[in-house]
Amino acid sequence: MSNITLVEAVSLALAYELKHDNDVVVLGEDVGINGGVFRATSGLAQEFGTDRVIDTPLAEAMIAGMTVGLAAQGMKPVAEAQFMGFIYPMIEHIVCHAARMRNRTRGRITCPLVIRAPFGGGIHAPELHSESVEAIFAHIPGIRVVIPSSPSRAYGLLLAAIRNPDPVLFLEPKRIYRLHKEEVIDDGEELPLDMCFELREGTDVTLVTWGSMIKETLEAADKLEKKGVSAEVIDVATISPIDMDTILESVEKTGRCVIIQEAAKHCSVSSEISATLADRGLYSLLAPVKRVTGYDTIMPLFKLEKKYMPTTQRIIDTVNEIMELSS
Amino acid sequence: MTTVASFNVEYKQYLSPAGELVGDITPDIATDFEQLKALYETMVMTRVFDTKAITLQRTGKLGTYASSLGHEGVHVGIGSAMNYEDVFAPSYREYGVQFCRGVKMSEVLLFWGGDERGSNFSGPKHDFAWCVPIATQNTHAAGAALSFKLRKEPRCTVSVIGDGGSSKGDFLESINAASAFKLPMVLVIINNGWAISVPREKQSSGETLAQKGIGGGLPSLQVDGNDLIAVHHEVKAALKRAREGGGATVIEAITYRIGDHTTADDASRYRDKDEVENAKKLEPIARVRRYLMNNNQWSVQQEEQLLERCKRMVESEVKVYMDTPMPPVTDMFDYMFAELPHDLVSQRKFAQELDK
Ligand SMILES: Cc1ncc(C[n+]2csc(CCOP(=O)(O)OP(=O)(O)O)c2C)c(N)n1
Ligand SMILES: [Mg+2]
Repeated sequence: MSNITLVEAVSLALAYELKHDNDVVVLGEDVGINGGVFRATSGLAQEFGTDRVIDTPLAEAMIAGMTVGLAAQGMKPVAEAQFMGFIYPMIEHIVCHAARMRNRTRGRITCPLVIRAPFGGGIHAPELHSESVEAIFAHIPGIRVVIPSSPSRAYGLLLAAIRNPDPVLFLEPKRIYRLHKEEVIDDGEELPLDMCFELREGTDVTLVTWGSMIKETLEAADKLEKKGVSAEVIDVATISPIDMDTILESVEKTGRCVIIQEAAKHCSVSSEISATLADRGLYSLLAPVKRVTGYDTIMPLFKLEKKYMPTTQRIIDTVNEIMELSS
Repeated sequence: MTTVASFNVEYKQYLSPAGELVGDITPDIATDFEQLKALYETMVMTRVFDTKAITLQRTGKLGTYASSLGHEGVHVGIGSAMNYEDVFAPSYREYGVQFCRGVKMSEVLLFWGGDERGSNFSGPKHDFAWCVPIATQNTHAAGAALSFKLRKEPRCTVSVIGDGGSSKGDFLESINAASAFKLPMVLVIINNGWAISVPREKQSSGETLAQKGIGGGLPSLQVDGNDLIAVHHEVKAALKRAREGGGATVIEAITYRIGDHTTADDASRYRDKDEVENAKKLEPIARVRRYLMNNNQWSVQQEEQLLERCKRMVESEVKVYMDTPMPPVTDMFDYMFAELPHDLVSQRKFAQELDK
């Protein structure tokens, strides 16, 4: 058992699978001796050799295409997109091949691959290093999109992602890479890829979120508690396919729902959750479903990024607003 | 067997590290001491600026910054070879090119300080802004070059790419486009030995990166990228050919990234100190100074005065940067579209209210 950060949990899970499955290889830009620009693969090349932890030429389309090729031949590649902002050249391979290979060949060829990418704002990074574009991928049939939000969930979900027989996009919220430490047991236990995690029980309102907004959401829940509002907090974790049952069950109990995301609002994961609540949860609702999101603007450079990203106060204000509407 | 085509890649150097003229010709710039001194001053200014920018980052006054230390020769060589009407498509560390073209130091600082206004820089309004997604700028440069060709304008584009970026499809596709359309452009590969932690030899086992241009059908050569005279002369010659309808050229400039990749990087994790120490001996500024001094064109006193002048100018640009007020929150909304779509009006108002 060790007390580790989220990014260390990523390394730990990668090391576990590299040790226990010879088909697993890690590849990407700077993932080798340097251990990745966020140190997510720190020490792995030294421990497992540069045939298992591979520095590639600088070419994302090539990385994704080769990842498809490796996976199609039964390897279990775990590729890294250095930042989610550089994943776009990979999309052709993700959409046109990884997502479709099993379906196209009626199961003859499959793509048991993982593409990891750090994402999200709040670390004062340059342009294109701060966006949250998970919805682009959640829209694509045939791939899973997973977002861990704690060290233990990063460990368990990444193990599951690597072992899963289908392609998984594993998006790592880099703002909380080192936010807090947690005891993680390195026992190779995976977590399910089709379940939300209930982080906090409550009776008045359901706060639904994922990734680094977990931080602000839990803070808001704490503050609301002190004002007598009991918030349930759900970490969606598996953005696609999504576990709506858990969310619906919670809303049935609380009657209210606020969805919090760093991403822009339009056509986002929160849109999907809201639509499903309107469809399947309407009669449990005591108040309108509300969303606290980034604006439908280009993620600003870091001078303004704090003003783009949802704050704890915005979550509290939104909850208060619907509490008032429905008290 | 018949050989249907054969190729070679020439390496050009005109000024040796010792500051002596070498090579088969003496480029005009080598004897134009007035211009050479002006370029030397820009190189020194770029370095003084670079040192200051790193200090600003270390003291929390700037975000992540990509140093140009050791690249002053190749950058100023490119910048000085271009005409104002030409278009430059940068990546992110070619300040020397941009200073030649009128971009201000305060604008570079704004960009790395997380302020979009830096990219609305002085200098040619037709130049592209800094380009973070590697190699994409090369395709834009090809498009810009096609626009000149279609409109029959005597203009060219120059794009840059790193040794790492030369592995990306966009770059190779740009070479191909330049060849297919016979475009007025110059593609400079700035081979500084490293792409963050990945050394040049891991990008490709080809002897040169210049030969990627040959694969696409373009005349391609290597230059000593620490030799201001070689870069200036060869880029200028390539631009002249391009302007006269002769098509594009690929130039691989060999230099070295003396600093970390950016201030967020720690190069000691992955490369030898000795390698860096050896590379420093070849750096571009000292050799121009030696050359000027050997020709009685430069003195210790002039050097001291120059450094003083550079420091003063850098300080005043830093002041401009530091005194720039925060952009208003509405900036997020106001530059996305020519006209703000009505469903964004309420979001803009909300952001404004929240910011009060
Ligand atoms: C498409 C893309 N992938 C990855 C990155 C992250 N990244 C920024 S700089 C860099 C290395 C670039 O090396 P090189 O092309 O040699 O240029 P240099 O930095 O040495 O000037 C990488 C991988 C990026 N900016 N864009
Ligand atoms: Mg490089």
